[in-house]
Amino acid sequence: MLEVQELKKSFGGRQILDGVDLTVKDGEILCIVGPSGAGKTTLLRCITGLEAADSGKFLIDGRPFDPQGTDRSDSVIGVVFQDFNLFPNLTVLENVTLAPTLVLKKAKAAAQQDAENLLKELGLDGKGDLYPYQLSGGQKQRVAIARALAMKPKILCYDEPTSALDPNLRDEVAKLILGLKKDGMTQLVVTHDMEFAQKVADDILQVKALDQQ
Amino acid sequence: MSMHYVMEILPSLFQGAGMTLKLFFWTLLGSLPLGILVSLGLTSKFRPLQWLLELYVWLMRGTPLLLQLIFVFYGLPIVGIVFQRYDAALFAFILNYGAYFAEIFRGGFQSIDQGQYEAARVLRLSYGQTLRKIVIPQVVKIVIPSIGNEVINLVKDSSLVYVIGLGDLLRAGNVATARDVTLVPLLLVGLIYLILIGICTFILNKVEKRYSYFK
Repeated sequence: MLEVQELKKSFGGRQILDGVDLTVKDGEILCIVGPSGAGKTTLLRCITGLEAADSGKFLIDGRPFDPQGTDRSDSVIGVVFQDFNLFPNLTVLENVTLAPTLVLKKAKAAAQQDAENLLKELGLDGKGDLYPYQLSGGQKQRVAIARALAMKPKILCYDEPTSALDPNLRDEVAKLILGLKKDGMTQLVVTHDMEFAQKVADDILQVKALDQQ
Repeated sequence: MSMHYVMEILPSLFQGAGMTLKLFFWTLLGSLPLGILVSLGLTSKFRPLQWLLELYVWLMRGTPLLLQLIFVFYGLPIVGIVFQRYDAALFAFILNYGAYFAEIFRGGFQSIDQGQYEAARVLRLSYGQTLRKIVIPQVVKIVIPSIGNEVINLVKDSSLVYVIGLGDLLRAGNVATARDVTLVPLLLVGLIYLILIGICTFILNKVEKRYSYFK
């Protein structure tokens, strides 16, 4: 379970987040929705440690953690970026095994075995030796998910998972996220697409732009 | 142009070409790593370091390499730093080419999408791991054509070492031309430069191809 309490963040004197609270229960999906400019992405960037929060508390399973920490015990969050940000110079398999071998110090063979299992589960069987430029958008997204899952995160976060893809892939993404939920994954989805949110969410958090309130 | 004459002067030309090649290889070996380090410093957030390196790049690109050679060999001894001829040449070339390479690498580093660093960060990779495994391979691919240009320039720039009395390929040709009052030696010199640069181009194309496995 992820809990965020009283999260505040401002940029250059402009308050973006003013005491946001949220909870994502184990195995559930929380969608954060709102118009662009409302601070959804900032919220996600604070939770994933890409942006330092001004103040606030982060708890995973009741235990505090530092999203910006470099300690292994702080490594609890997986991220699937809007543009996926795969490493173009590495194969699909290397994208997935890189962090487990370098950061978790997993043996290469074990990391590869785990990665191949993940790829298979995500319908990327036999794609391990391809490079990102050889994949479709949907496939890239699934590689990004596999790469995040390989680090055994407690929660998986998505930034606008439908926006970089063909509109007709939206249902595929929903199915994918719900499939991971079935496997017990806790997930947090930032989206501006209310319809999509209603399809996958157990809980929806609406954020509004502060200066429009 | 008799074959006999050509055979007679070729050994001295090859000897000169040896000096050219030696200087070429050691300059590359020194200036490429220097260029990468300086480019990282140029993009650092620590302002004094950035200014210092900008000054260095400005000095190196802002004055003729010929002048720098003269200063290193004839000027530095005034302040007590004495180099042998060859060491002085190498020192000046590495500093000069390091500055050009730094600017090329800086451009390469800046064209890497911020998302690459962010993806590495959420995977908890260290800065060093991010550079080594993700950023530098992509930068190298981007900069190969520009580096190639400089590499080819370097082969020819090495002829400037005559000014501090080193015997390179062009000087060997000059000596023979002055002695025998014929342009044949210089014709041969031109031919040898063309062959050397042909080989460089071939190798550079190979390297470029090797990096075409990703986009």
